[in-house]
Amino acid sequence: MSTYLPPEFIHRIDKDRCRRCKRCILNCGFNALSFQDGIVADHSKCVACHRCATYCPEMAITIEKNPLAYKGNALWTSDVQKNIQKQAETGGILLTGMGNDKPYPIYWDNLLIDACQVTNPSIDPLREPMELRTYLGRKPEGLEFNTDANGEVSLKTQLEPQVKLDVPIIFAPMSFGSISLNAQKALAKAAEQSGILMNTGEGGLHKDLAPYGKNIIVQVASGRFGVDSKYLNSGVIVEIKVGQGAKPGIGGHLPGEKVSAEISETRMVPLGSDCISPAPHHDIYSIEDLNQLIFAIKEATNYEKPVSVKIAAVHNVAAIASGIVRAGADIIYLDGFRGGTGAAPNVIRDNVGIPIELALAAVDDRLRQEGIRNRASLICAGGIRNSGDIAKAIALGADAVAIGTSALIALGCHVCQKCYTGNCSWGIATQRPEMVRRLDPEVGAERLANLIHAWAAELKEILGALGINSIESLRGSRERLRAVGLNQNVLDILGVKHAGR
Amino acid sequence: MRGVFPRIPSGCAISGMMSRKGRRMDGEAIINSIALMHDRSNGLGGGFAAYGIYPQYKDHYAFHMMYDSEASKKTTKEYLEKYFFIDQSEPLPVRKTPGITNPPILWRYFLKLREEVLVNANEIIQEDDFIVSIVMHINQKIDGAFVASSGKNMGAFKGVGYPEDIGRFYRLEDYEAYIWTSHGRFPTNTPGWWGGAHPFTLLDCSVVHNGEISSYGINKRYLEMFGYKCTLQTDTEVVAYLIDLMSRRHKLPFNLILTALAAPFWKTVDKMDPKQREVLEAIRMVYGSALMNGPFSIIVANSKCMIGFNDRIKLRPMVAAEKDDVLYMASEESAIRVICDSPDRVWAVDAGQPLIGVVEEGAI
Repeated sequence: MSTYLPPEFIHRIDKDRCRRCKRCILNCGFNALSFQDGIVADHSKCVACHRCATYCPEMAITIEKNPLAYKGNALWTSDVQKNIQKQAETGGILLTGMGNDKPYPIYWDNLLIDACQVTNPSIDPLREPMELRTYLGRKPEGLEFNTDANGEVSLKTQLEPQVKLDVPIIFAPMSFGSISLNAQKALAKAAEQSGILMNTGEGGLHKDLAPYGKNIIVQVASGRFGVDSKYLNSGVIVEIKVGQGAKPGIGGHLPGEKVSAEISETRMVPLGSDCISPAPHHDIYSIEDLNQLIFAIKEATNYEKPVSVKIAAVHNVAAIASGIVRAGADIIYLDGFRGGTGAAPNVIRDNVGIPIELALAAVDDRLRQEGIRNRASLICAGGIRNSGDIAKAIALGADAVAIGTSALIALGCHVCQKCYTGNCSWGIATQRPEMVRRLDPEVGAERLANLIHAWAAELKEILGALGINSIESLRGSRERLRAVGLNQNVLDILGVKHAGR
Repeated sequence: MRGVFPRIPSGCAISGMMSRKGRRMDGEAIINSIALMHDRSNGLGGGFAAYGIYPQYKDHYAFHMMYDSEASKKTTKEYLEKYFFIDQSEPLPVRKTPGITNPPILWRYFLKLREEVLVNANEIIQEDDFIVSIVMHINQKIDGAFVASSGKNMGAFKGVGYPEDIGRFYRLEDYEAYIWTSHGRFPTNTPGWWGGAHPFTLLDCSVVHNGEISSYGINKRYLEMFGYKCTLQTDTEVVAYLIDLMSRRHKLPFNLILTALAAPFWKTVDKMDPKQREVLEAIRMVYGSALMNGPFSIIVANSKCMIGFNDRIKLRPMVAAEKDDVLYMASEESAIRVICDSPDRVWAVDAGQPLIGVVEEGAI
């Protein structure tokens, strides 16, 4: 069947500048370019990943949106029409990659941070200590101490395991399979350098990452790929993945053609076999089942590692989170509807879940109302773009944030949303060896560590402006946020006053 | 009486004096000390806490009350009578003083808890906790009534005005106390109200505070988790409640409470020996939301001690001095020297390091 779809992008080569070095052809992961007495572009294959343009030594390449593709229509937009055409041609569920890109409200952009003037002094982070250190894990309500005959005090309360973060940021779970081994290596190295954590995702732990165990969260998802007792004990936190913001209620599928020898070994599945992650965990059909899995993992890890539960932000998230805490989770990872994915049905990604800002505020409130906020750390994820978002998330109540897309962008990703094709020209979301090779883990780690360093420095500036010198004094301090342009309902949910109040 | 404004940040003057031997001193000196720092106040609030002032009623709860109206007084009295024997009920002695206008009805009761009250309570409750619940109930539920202080053998005297005028108004020269603390207020954006003046008290603990708590938002939400309601429109309230939470309810020793409120920096903690480090790490992990951040100098007192401390980088001043049995603390050295012309020792209190003065065992 011939396609009715016009190309999305027009790939232009400035013939005067082009020296026919063919570097662009080599760099394109989508076979959009060929050489026929000059570089020729197949526009229909271009995804605007910008790899060719970035690496063209003559800056001869420009990529534009195809301007004449569709007649403007507020209802029957080009996206709507394209999707119908695709489904008319294939009869299938539309797949997409990365987070929800629809123009839903981004509440971070309606929140503004306070600063000190006169009545309390701002603090200069270049002169004074600024503390970002954060501990993830269950905290008791209070502490008890022993005092010996000499008056020396020692801790009586036995603390649950705690994991230290030098900066309240972790790398979001992205499995080996959804991303390349080199991308995972870059994340692991950067986590080690920055004193933070990376998360294996559900694809098991490749042997090359084992040395980074102190900076790794190992994930247990519904497919249980790569899970054995050694795996559970090889990181510092074990995470049960229940849901993902990009596709709440939906499982995953790594097609067999991507299951290489390395992935097969790491995931503990036969070479070339499909890896299907069921939608639910088939041993968790209710909260008490989750409780059993949490404690099974704690038994398997000798109660030495906090157990995290990752859920997608859905309508009733506050009550669900409360149940998860009561079921014994030490950390809740909340993934908003803008959270990324390697592959998800378009209709789910674009229509299911709720914004992380509202979910985070609701969960933090609910846990406080029930007096159990201390029992779990809260990780906020799903569209964290900069240190301003991080400061706002922490002020709303998060202990730390997780970044996935931001980290990938640092590695070169241009958010072309074609992760599910496995052709990523940047060597990130691909298993093709010639693509993976172009992502140097050392260079990637340096870029990631730079990003974390920069955001840490910016967070310190924000704290200093707020007149505080430790992150705990911002955490949950919604008094230091004001909103612009939000209605009273949203203000109530966020627990934030409108600017001017 | 109660304003309708949100939280009021404020600058201030504080001063305190304590006899380690429990020797009682009249209110003249403390008034002179705080009066010297007149310019640190703006006439919108002043107050004093005094310990040892009611030896004849030392086993009674001394409730200092502020009422908007006879009606609120009547409601409160009826409420108190349900739980207490009211052994004395009288107006607080005051004199007409220039600069002090529109005082509320100022009243004091000496109360003994009815023994059956705790027995008949729906749940097992300690006497202290019960008294706190009474105070909270009056402040939150009885319109126009406010408990200025509720401890034994102590009292708070406060109101809107310059502190020296407040002191004269309450005739503090007629009282004798072994600990005096005082406060002159400089609220920066709204008029003061009588109940909002310092000191803040709960049971026998009192707090005077110079500064703004930049972490107020989280301190307040943290306290709410434990059932405290911050209703007094000032951040000093959270200091009193945080101390109450950690001392009365969590039974933490005072020196550890101070390491939560003004936590040492991680770089200091990291260098400590393992046992001490374990203690301080745990405090920071568990009580991080109680860390008071932003500029402050604070004097906390109870019947046994007076404690001065600053924020972790000392963004507000505090000076201490000693002369014989008396320990002084004040925002400015001059405020000490004006009442003690040749102190044995004068020093600046270190950032984040508490100065704890304890009344000698058996002295009171």
